[in-house]
Amino acid sequence: MPTDQPAEFEHQLVALRSYLMRFARLQLRNDAWAEDAVSETLLAALAKPLAFEARSQLKTWLVGILKHKIIDAMRQRQREVVLECGSGDDSTDPLEHMAFKRDGHFAEKPADWGNPEQDLNSRQFFVILEACTDKLPAVQGRLFLMREWLELSSDDICKELGLTPTNLYVQLHRARLRLRECLELNWFAAR
Amino acid sequence: MNAWLRKLPLMRSCKEVTALLIAREDRELPVVEQLALRMHMAMCKACPPFERQVLSMRNAMKNWRHYTDGSDGSDGTDSGR
Repeated sequence: MPTDQPAEFEHQLVALRSYLMRFARLQLRNDAWAEDAVSETLLAALAKPLAFEARSQLKTWLVGILKHKIIDAMRQRQREVVLECGSGDDSTDPLEHMAFKRDGHFAEKPADWGNPEQDLNSRQFFVILEACTDKLPAVQGRLFLMREWLELSSDDICKELGLTPTNLYVQLHRARLRLRECLELNWFAAR
Repeated sequence: MNAWLRKLPLMRSCKEVTALLIAREDRELPVVEQLALRMHMAMCKACPPFERQVLSMRNAMKNWRHYTDGSDGSDGTDSGR
């Protein structure tokens, strides 16, 4: 990369710090942990500046490193990561808030969200999606993003965090239903 | 659905089916539940739209994952919030 001076590379990294912090915070739900994971990511990038081919791939490369650093961070803090599991504000099943009749059938038909591909690929939609994810109770949010952002299997999540499958599934069930409700209120019904 | 139908072994209520459709995102359902789910979906008018919502969310997360990777070609300087 003859045109890139080392200082230029450092400048590019610094410019991407806030971008990385946004996802580290969303996943870890703890500012200090996020700060550490992003710092480690940037240090790793500085240690191996030639590992990227072109600037267009820098962001992808950094996000890949960040995901590994975040998984390490959660493994090290596994007890804290799932600490409030099953207690406090996340103890209700959102299924109980949905409109079911006493016999368990829908009281009203769920809304047709439509599904224009472009709509769900817009920046405005992603802002709502991230806000809804951020509103999940911390443990639910972490576990949900381990599935959906870090792309870990349920088995791997249980292994990394020392959780039982039952416990994991209860949390994911609540997270997904809450997210559904939030998206319906703030995106699909609001349009 | 008639009350007597729900007494049959493979009959599930919409509420149970809702839970199965959500669970399917994270684990493979036992075959009996897969079958019960399909039978319910074939005769229920309310659950198919819910299933489409779940599939929309699945798509949305995939799109978002792609977007967070920076593979959308944006320059990354936008903090987004």
